[in-house]
Amino acid sequence: MSKRSVLTFALVMGAGMFAPVFAQEAGGGSGSSEIAKWSIITAGFALAFAAGLGALAQGRGVSAAAEAIARNPGAAGDIRGALILGLVLIESLVIYVLLISLILFFLPPFK
Amino acid sequence: MEKLEHPLVIVNWVNALLGPLVRAIFEPMGFHFTGHYVIPPYMVMVILIVAGLTVLSLLVRSRLSVENPGTLQIVMEDGIGAIVGLLDEWIGHEGRRYLPLLGTLGIFILCGNYMGLVPGLMSPTASINVTLGCAITVWVYYHFQGIKTQGIVNYIKHFWKPAGAPWWIGFVYMPIEVISHSARVMSLSLRLFGNIFAEELVIIILFSIIPFLAPLPMMFLGLVTGGLQAFIFVLLSIIYLQAAVAVEHHDEVDAKGHHHLPGGNHAPASA
Repeated sequence: MSKRSVLTFALVMGAGMFAPVFAQEAGGGSGSSEIAKWSIITAGFALAFAAGLGALAQGRGVSAAAEAIARNPGAAGDIRGALILGLVLIESLVIYVLLISLILFFLPPFK
Repeated sequence: MEKLEHPLVIVNWVNALLGPLVRAIFEPMGFHFTGHYVIPPYMVMVILIVAGLTVLSLLVRSRLSVENPGTLQIVMEDGIGAIVGLLDEWIGHEGRRYLPLLGTLGIFILCGNYMGLVPGLMSPTASINVTLGCAITVWVYYHFQGIKTQGIVNYIKHFWKPAGAPWWIGFVYMPIEVISHSARVMSLSLRLFGNIFAEELVIIILFSIIPFLAPLPMMFLGLVTGGLQAFIFVLLSIIYLQAAVAVEHHDEVDAKGHHHLPGGNHAPASA
């Protein structure tokens, strides 16, 4: 099997792992605590996505900056300034997701 | 999140001292005090910072000397030199007149971030009220400075189209610019608030697991992020000021006939 078909197969199996969720009876809890439960799960997932993707983006930025300093050590001060600015701007996006997660966690809607 | 609030001794003292006075001043105007405190904890911390920094600065000022500076004077001169260096690098020589506001904000946010690590105090910047106040101050300030430097007609023209673009691009460009400028308030305030509040929250939670030992790594991280967030707040304010104040320079010809364009670094156009 080619690499691509292995990947699609793995994705489909992974998605199929969620099948038991649909087998649950609808209305497992009362309406509002159901939403509160799901909002906490959503908060966890959202933060995991945000942290992972944010780390990827910051990693690319740091690697580009390190390579640029290696090529041109005289410009290290300017490059470091641009690096810090870029890192903080990316990190602030992750912080926004953290704030939403905190809101979902501590003040669940429709409670 | 009521169970996360912990009564601080200083807050109780200040409320016992000044609470009745504040209540007597404000209640006739129609303010109603809800909650436990007349003066909220973050307000007490802000008053502490203001009073402490004023006393410190007056102390240094009374002993200013050129030949024999004390340690505190050297530290303060270094700090101000750093901010002036940033201003010179981004805005150029006229940037010096923005030093009072930006320097004050920088020192205030730095002290505010580090106060949370001291037992018995809390960070005022861990409250959205304080960070939103700082962000709105910076926002109003840079718009005001932009209008003062460029004139209001010219300033609004820059919202419609950037320099050197056809006139009809404003229909697309102006909504983008308005949204981006409005997002700056939220981004400045939420970035600072999120960092400091989340760090305090993690310290509290780790403290409830293993007291005095588990929070230590987070507190070291808090030292780093506190300083970094203060620096980034000042740097972003300088960038917004530069974008608002930068006057279009046409290609200038020197006395010898060399062309040159004035201006230092220019900011990326977003965030």
